[in-house]
Amino acid sequence: MVGEELTEQETALYDRQIRVWGADAQRRLSKSHILVYGMKGTITEFCKNIVLAGVGSLTLVDDRAVTEEALSANFLMPPDENVCSGKTLAELCRDSLNEFNPMVRVSVEKGDLTSFGAEFFDKFDVVVLSFCSLATKKLINERCRKLSKRVSFYTVDCRDCCGEIFVDLQKYNYAMKRQDETTECELQYPSFQEAISVPWRSLPRKVSKLYFAMRVIERFEEAEGRKPGEICIEDLPAVLKLKKEICEAQSLNESHIPNALLERLVMGAREFPPVCAIIGGILGQEVIKAISGKGDPLKNFFFFDSMDGKGIIEDISDPNPKG
Amino acid sequence: MASLQHSQEIKGAKVLMVGAGGIGCELLKTLALSGFQDIHINVAAVIGVNIGLMGINETAIAVVSWGSGSDGFGSIGFKVSFVCEMAEMIRSVGTRYVMIINKLAFVMETTEKQGDGLPYLEVIDMDTIEVSNLNRQFLFRQSHVGQSKAKASVARDAVLRFRPHISITPYHANVKDSNFNVNFFKQFKVVLNGLDNLDARRHVNRLCLAAEVPLVESGTTGFLGQVTVHVKGKTECYECQPKPSPKTYPVCTITSTPSKFVHCIVWAKDLLFAKLFGDKNQENDLNVRSNDSCSSSENKNNVFERSDDEDWEQYGRRIYDHVFGYNIELALSDEETWKNRTKPRPIYSRDVLPDKMTQQNGNADKTDDLSPASAMASLGLKNPQDIWCLMENTRVFLEALKLFFMSRKKEIGNLSFDKDDQLAVEFVTAAANIRAASFNIPLHSLFEAKGIAGNIVHAVATTNAIVAGLIVIEAIKVLKKDGCYRYGSIFSKINENWFVLNHMQHLCRMTYCLEHPSKKMLLMPVEPFEPNKSCCVCSQTPLSLEINTHRSKLRDFVEKIVKAKLGMNSPLIMCGLALLYEVGDDLEKDMIENYTANLEKVLSELASPVTDGTMLTVEDLQQEFTCNIYIKHREEFDEEKEPDEMVLSGWTQAPPEKKDDKTSIGNGASTSKSLPTEPMDAQKDIDVKEILDGTASPGKKRKLPEFSEGCSPDQSNDADETMNHKKIQKLDDDDDDLVMLDHWGKDTSKKQRSQ
Repeated sequence: MVGEELTEQETALYDRQIRVWGADAQRRLSKSHILVYGMKGTITEFCKNIVLAGVGSLTLVDDRAVTEEALSANFLMPPDENVCSGKTLAELCRDSLNEFNPMVRVSVEKGDLTSFGAEFFDKFDVVVLSFCSLATKKLINERCRKLSKRVSFYTVDCRDCCGEIFVDLQKYNYAMKRQDETTECELQYPSFQEAISVPWRSLPRKVSKLYFAMRVIERFEEAEGRKPGEICIEDLPAVLKLKKEICEAQSLNESHIPNALLERLVMGAREFPPVCAIIGGILGQEVIKAISGKGDPLKNFFFFDSMDGKGIIEDISDPNPKG
Repeated sequence: MASLQHSQEIKGAKVLMVGAGGIGCELLKTLALSGFQDIHINVAAVIGVNIGLMGINETAIAVVSWGSGSDGFGSIGFKVSFVCEMAEMIRSVGTRYVMIINKLAFVMETTEKQGDGLPYLEVIDMDTIEVSNLNRQFLFRQSHVGQSKAKASVARDAVLRFRPHISITPYHANVKDSNFNVNFFKQFKVVLNGLDNLDARRHVNRLCLAAEVPLVESGTTGFLGQVTVHVKGKTECYECQPKPSPKTYPVCTITSTPSKFVHCIVWAKDLLFAKLFGDKNQENDLNVRSNDSCSSSENKNNVFERSDDEDWEQYGRRIYDHVFGYNIELALSDEETWKNRTKPRPIYSRDVLPDKMTQQNGNADKTDDLSPASAMASLGLKNPQDIWCLMENTRVFLEALKLFFMSRKKEIGNLSFDKDDQLAVEFVTAAANIRAASFNIPLHSLFEAKGIAGNIVHAVATTNAIVAGLIVIEAIKVLKKDGCYRYGSIFSKINENWFVLNHMQHLCRMTYCLEHPSKKMLLMPVEPFEPNKSCCVCSQTPLSLEINTHRSKLRDFVEKIVKAKLGMNSPLIMCGLALLYEVGDDLEKDMIENYTANLEKVLSELASPVTDGTMLTVEDLQQEFTCNIYIKHREEFDEEKEPDEMVLSGWTQAPPEKKDDKTSIGNGASTSKSLPTEPMDAQKDIDVKEILDGTASPGKKRKLPEFSEGCSPDQSNDADETMNHKKIQKLDDDDDDLVMLDHWGKDTSKKQRSQ
């Protein structure tokens, strides 16, 4: 790759990781611009990872004020009230992230994410959303897809001991390496809307139960007009009822979404720090892969449940996409 | 109480974590966030002699070696005086310097900052924060590079910023110190390892076994990682599977017939570098001779002596011509060797670089200059990723050699290769490349050569973060189980598919982070293995040792077997009731003399002779680890295959290296002929890879009949019907085949899930 060479300082700082992904990848990273929304635990972990990795810039959007809940899985914010007063979540996280790696520009953009136009998103190579409503996910995903350049789009959610990552790299080309062989691969990703519209009965029987459970919770929050995570054990009967309805409509055996799993997701709306670390780590790796073009990107969902310990990739896309 | 979150067990639990490196930082953060309130950290200090100079903004770190006789904390006064001497020089330079001398570091501010002209002095761990740590050890900042604090304290302070009310106790000491004994370990509910070396891992493993404390062990390299749980009697211990020893190369490959770049690196590092700058009396006299043609016309002893009328360049060129020219010619004369090999070509400096390197850089002449002595800098070579041509390598070789003798004269004779020593890396890169050119092996960049020579392990922050998360999950499960035993079944609420947490099934899991998905999985959990019945550590199975009892000394046995192979720290060796050797602080003078004398004796000539059929008992009191070794006398050993002249069998036999070291980057196999200074980083790397390879190749995959054995006998008592039922239900619920990992050992057929 032609481009400026890494500085001596960069080579020294990134020595160990350059040995993993090479100097070209490091150069690409240092020119990338990332946007994140939703400064909770998982995103905090993710931000730490990519700031340490040495991306070009990171822009944070989250105007919310600091709450006890926001602090629970976030290691970027000191729980000191004097420090927190008047600052938004994004601003506090920016201050800490800046210290992690002075070579990365970390900034805050204020405002409502859904009101930002195409020219705003056009500045970024990667957009990551966390704790967003179904409608916001769809909206921002579509906005990114309409841009002339390819923007990698991710959503990430952690509830209780579980986590989910969604990836949309649109049309993505990369060189797949296996031992000595390198093959050119092209992956075609569906949008979030397209992915979740794939009829459940046409999905393979082994698809992670978490996929279905997360969709039920998502639909429930949307129907009730709740913010993500605004759910508690009292909602369980209604959630179970909704699950029954959806399963019937989708002709899916109800046992594919165990009630116990839904109960866990409803009860443990908060993030679980070890899961934040794991999901934030996987997401960091995925974003680094997508920017650097090194490594197999996951398509298009990733699930982790600390109960069974599996971190599973699921490809949820229409086998016969239209057009 | 299905969730692992908000566990009561977490709050009261006292946990010990060992290591504050990449995994350690992530682990401490995740523990604190997860609600752990009593965390103890032990940072093992790494002993190493470092020489190097790095520039970081206005701060410069001068890493200064002190002779090999100094052991760190033993001689502070000595060093302080040295530092004051250095302070004079620093004051004149006018920036801030940190000096690291063996384990100790001294921070000095210049008069400018202090105002009073006195050097500001503090002591920190040797395991200091380096620039190349910052990309993943996120609790440390640029400002901590050289800050006068130990890693564990810095990490502690960083975590207290977001969790001020928890207790974090740092210990800045080697975990192998005698005060971290079994009683110390017993106070913890669980021990979490985030270590980077095999030695400390083995030590902690033994203490955990002795103290009966569960151990969560971890390791990462690049995108690969693994987390395993070790519970005495229930699962295999860390040492149940043999750990591959560092890759060794046959001597003749290194000295005569290199075929890979790594062979050239080993030659440059362990032979040439050591000969020129290290202890000249070392017995590495296989060194620069190409083969055994002793008819050498030149006096070998004198080749490396500089005569008075030579300048440094002449001297350098003479060494150059000797090792790259003359020695190759000599090797070529033995035609037998080259029948089936490509002949090397001798290289002489005048052919590559006819002109004298005239540009005498002014600063290179000043011996007291503190700017980094670098051949690259003086020759204007910038990019460490570039591959130098033969001419450039020649110039670097000559320049680096000159710089060593001119600006680092005091260290000559005591130097050993260090990957953080820029000049040493430059010299070794150039020498290896010239040799590679001679043998028709592709040349490599300094960056690549540094990785190979320094056994640098790939590391990224993300894998550490993931592994730390997995460690905490396992730790919580361990604690939950502990809670169950104490409070009875508090998880009595059993719903349809509810998991029952209070049993081994959920207690133990090995998890692998994969680079490429396997069975759609990036994180792959595996049921743990049961203890290896022939493990000499947790099953105390005797070992047998083939050794020439008429030739080998007790010292050979102590160094090569007891310390290197068995990983004992303070051993005690008995032959029947007779004490042959022991290490301790409280020994009588005559005892010490006796032991020292014993060390030099041949085994069969000891007062209690060790001969064929003798049973030796080797014990480490601190580790509470005893091992019996049957001695088998053997007369002859294969020089190339068994260079130790000893063969220990039973359990430590690592499998032969399967991996071909074709990647130029020095991860995997240790590239040193002997044990490198920081040898073990690479170990677990191999570990992980081997295991993963095993998983990936279908031939090795193996499905066990699910729970065919039911519970292992020792657990059947506390496993009632319901639990068995539940377990099976859980498995039915799970469609995927459980992947069993085949370990390499010959005992695979005995392996079962610990359930």
